[in-house]
Amino acid sequence: MSNLAVAVQDLSKKYGDTFAVSHANFEVPMGTVCGFVGPNGSGKTTTIRMLLGLISPTGGTGEILGHSIKHPERYLASVGAMIEGPAFYPALTGRENLNVLATLGGYGTDHVQSLLERVGLGDRGNSKYKTYSLGMKQRLGIAAALLPNPKLLILDEPTNGLDPEGIQEVRDLLKSLAQEGTTVFVSSHLLSELELISQHLVMLRKGKVLFAGKIEDLFLAQQPFILVKTPNEIDLVKIQEIATSAGHKSTIRSGVAHIEGPAEWAAELNKSAFAAGITLSQLSPMLPSLEETFFEMTGDSE
Amino acid sequence: MNQIFKAQVFRAEWRKLRRPTLFIGTMLASAGLTGLVTSLLFLLIDSPQGNSDRGNMISRDILQLPSGLTIGFSNAAGLLGIVALCVFAAQTAQEYTYGTLRNLLVRQPRRLQLLLGKYLSMASFAVVMVILAATVSMSLAFGLSGKAKVATDAWVTSDALHELAKTFGNVLLSVIAFGTVGMILGLLLRSPISAISLGVIWLLIVENILIAVKASLGKWMPGNLMSTIATGGTSNVSYTHAISFTAMYLVVGTVIVTTLFKRRDVSN
Ligand SMILES: Nc1ncnc2c1ncn2[C@@H]1O[C@H](COP(=O)(O)OP(=O)(O)OP(=O)(O)O)[C@@H](O)[C@H]1O
Ligand SMILES: [Mg+2]
Repeated sequence: MSNLAVAVQDLSKKYGDTFAVSHANFEVPMGTVCGFVGPNGSGKTTTIRMLLGLISPTGGTGEILGHSIKHPERYLASVGAMIEGPAFYPALTGRENLNVLATLGGYGTDHVQSLLERVGLGDRGNSKYKTYSLGMKQRLGIAAALLPNPKLLILDEPTNGLDPEGIQEVRDLLKSLAQEGTTVFVSSHLLSELELISQHLVMLRKGKVLFAGKIEDLFLAQQPFILVKTPNEIDLVKIQEIATSAGHKSTIRSGVAHIEGPAEWAAELNKSAFAAGITLSQLSPMLPSLEETFFEMTGDSE
Repeated sequence: MNQIFKAQVFRAEWRKLRRPTLFIGTMLASAGLTGLVTSLLFLLIDSPQGNSDRGNMISRDILQLPSGLTIGFSNAAGLLGIVALCVFAAQTAQEYTYGTLRNLLVRQPRRLQLLLGKYLSMASFAVVMVILAATVSMSLAFGLSGKAKVATDAWVTSDALHELAKTFGNVLLSVIAFGTVGMILGLLLRSPISAISLGVIWLLIVENILIAVKASLGKWMPGNLMSTIATGGTSNVSYTHAISFTAMYLVVGTVIVTTLFKRRDVSN
């Protein structure tokens, strides 16, 4: 068996004339946490539904745990998933909802209580689903995905509707699952939510995969810069001249100079400014977010 | 080889069916409707407006036959059928409106097995419903026979037992046929409200209007045919005709919806 949990080749889904997902290629190695990031409508859910055999691709192929996605019955017993948010029977309790899926999957209902506890619903298992808050519904969705004790866990925006504390809890949960050897494929529209826990990233935009690979490769591409403010515009132009003559590109946007260069060069700049008789009212070395780096790499500045 | 019937699907579906509001509610409705039809049969026995549906008269002589014991029960079959139609339609279509179908299919990706297990568990629900209705109806028949001056001697013969078995089988067939129509509508329309309202409006209004306009149409109307099965045939429509045309309608409907269900993208 290959060491890939997910691999797709030219995977596409066309609705009418438009591609929801267009010729996607990416791989998720076993045992990693892979973030699946893209803005609303970029095709994350559509891709995930194809991986789970819920919708059929209009083109391309894919393998999950070494089996073709044409035969979901061959691999789904080892896959847990939450797709497009939680969906349960409102009139049944959280526990009974999990029991339905546990019975259906043939897992037995013995570890339902421990799953409820694991997601922080230990004391609300007997409340009806319709009485749950958004965050509780989301947690029940995650518990349901953990029912098969999965080798591969696929979660579609699991932190939707969670407060910061809840988001942190989900991150910790995913981290501990990854430590136990579970491969996690988790989507979000915010890279910042996933960059702390992912080793791999797949970035999607308008149905196309723009980046797929190790998150380090994005870190390496991060371009540091320095923000400089002076009491007046004339001095700012002089600062720009100093930067240019030292070989650093710069731009002035709304009274602030953005100068490309590492944090270490800021001291140098300070010295040169002082020598030229310019007082700096602000000098801040910065690192762009991964998100900004990503859009820089792909030449997309939205 | 993969077995086609998965007990897991059957048991998982029962976890939804046994929900108190649904289970007790449906059983009470079935018992109540059957009880009402049976009671009227006996209480209005001397009423000039008739004691059966559409003002029909069922006389004391007929009620005193071995088959008299189960007339109330078989007359209620159409109503039981509508209850079954609603349950089957709602339980099927709600998987789409709640979005729970995607969870079910991740746990059981063999779509036909999922459908069959679900169907069989709802059919067993219908069996419970029909047993309860038969019990209620027969108890009331015995209870009200004195007041209505109907002799019950023939009801405790082996002939009566034979009639009971036959009627029970026919009512059950009829009710499950109605339920199947509900499931077909649920899968086609993917919304409980649309499926139930289309089903009920068709059965209670459209068919009756069509039959009132042209009586011979009754031979082809699915609701009328399914009710005819329950009564073992009428003077207008024979039992064999009712069974074969119902079977034909259901097979066509089932082939269409299973094909759709197997192929259709699940994006709810
Ligand atoms: N059943 C469908 N019919 C037609 N178009 C569809 C269908 N499902 C999805 N789409 C389209 O495909 C595109 C991708 O949708 P998808 O739900 O996969 O995006 P997403 O990345 O999950 O977005 P979000 O972050 O909002 O959940 C959208 O433009 C959407 O309108
Ligand atoms: Mg989505």
